[in-house]
Amino acid sequence: MRKLLIVFSLLAAGIVQAGGYEIGDKAADFRLKNVDGKMVSLSDYGGARGFVVIFTCNECPYAIAYEDRIIQLDKRYKDRGYPVIAINPNDPEVQPADSYGRMQQKSREKGFTFPYLYDEELTTYATYGATKTPHVFLLQKEGDALVVKYIGTIDDNYADASAVREAYLANAVEALIAGNDPNPATTKAIGCSVKKK
Amino acid sequence: MKTTLIIFLLLGLLFGSCSEPLREKVEQLTFAELEPLLNRENDTVYVVNFWATWCKPCVEELPAFEKVNMEYGSRAVKVLLVSLDFPSRYQDQLLPFIESHAIKTEVLHLTDVNANDWIDKVDPTWSGAIPATIIFKGSNRSFYEQKLSYQELVQIIENKL
Repeated sequence: MRKLLIVFSLLAAGIVQAGGYEIGDKAADFRLKNVDGKMVSLSDYGGARGFVVIFTCNECPYAIAYEDRIIQLDKRYKDRGYPVIAINPNDPEVQPADSYGRMQQKSREKGFTFPYLYDEELTTYATYGATKTPHVFLLQKEGDALVVKYIGTIDDNYADASAVREAYLANAVEALIAGNDPNPATTKAIGCSVKKK
Repeated sequence: MKTTLIIFLLLGLLFGSCSEPLREKVEQLTFAELEPLLNRENDTVYVVNFWATWCKPCVEELPAFEKVNMEYGSRAVKVLLVSLDFPSRYQDQLLPFIESHAIKTEVLHLTDVNANDWIDKVDPTWSGAIPATIIFKGSNRSFYEQKLSYQELVQIIENKL
């Protein structure tokens, strides 16, 4: 009964949504284990103006194709208030390559400059509505809430970073910094489905 | 002895069911070229699967599509496997995979990297995850962003025939 009440009140507060977030929704915080063993929550970042939450994993070719660009985005925007927070949504029992140990290896080898979090309960991706990797949710602090401002992909060319014409995510962050809404606010891309039972 | 061998060889070639000449090339398409194949106004049931060689669940469900392709070949059913392998991996990943797995169903290679332009045109509910399959007969369209089993495929196809 208590669980029901909690879920109901979360639903009423608009924090838990069936089917994931849409633009304008308030995003839930979380407390997940980083590759350095420490627990990380968005509330740890008092100085941040928002967050670039990216669901990504170790082996998906699309995720791999974007790794360097994600590092660049973090370097460019963390000091301007929008750090990258990466989360692995995959169940290592379904996909062993996405184990915590392999995440640590990936972060070390690529030199990730951002947290790479393990979604141990396998619920965060579902709350956000991430269906694949990579899948981006750009959040902005508005009062006490974390509002979803952009959902989708990083840019228009996974295959060739030098041939990108529309850097959707970078443009979205720039828009927020300038006090505007991202346009487009949602984009789509091919990605690897979230690996779950 | 030699004559018997030759006869057996000829018989084998004659009765090799579902065999086609070994494919050397797979057609590469932009989405503009693929789109007409996703919008046909006739009585054929089209089964169009979006997959990639590196996508584990996609590879796991391929035998189901192959089986459907073989069993429904004589009826008004057409199966297409649209590969989303990276354009640069056509030679070293896609073609060898098709050869080593002896894929008989028609494979097309969609090389359009800006999927944001065309995902919604396949189906507006598609988030972009693969495997994904669209099964349609004229305007009777169903889209599945999931792995499908042989039984599920047969049921969907039979309902549309």
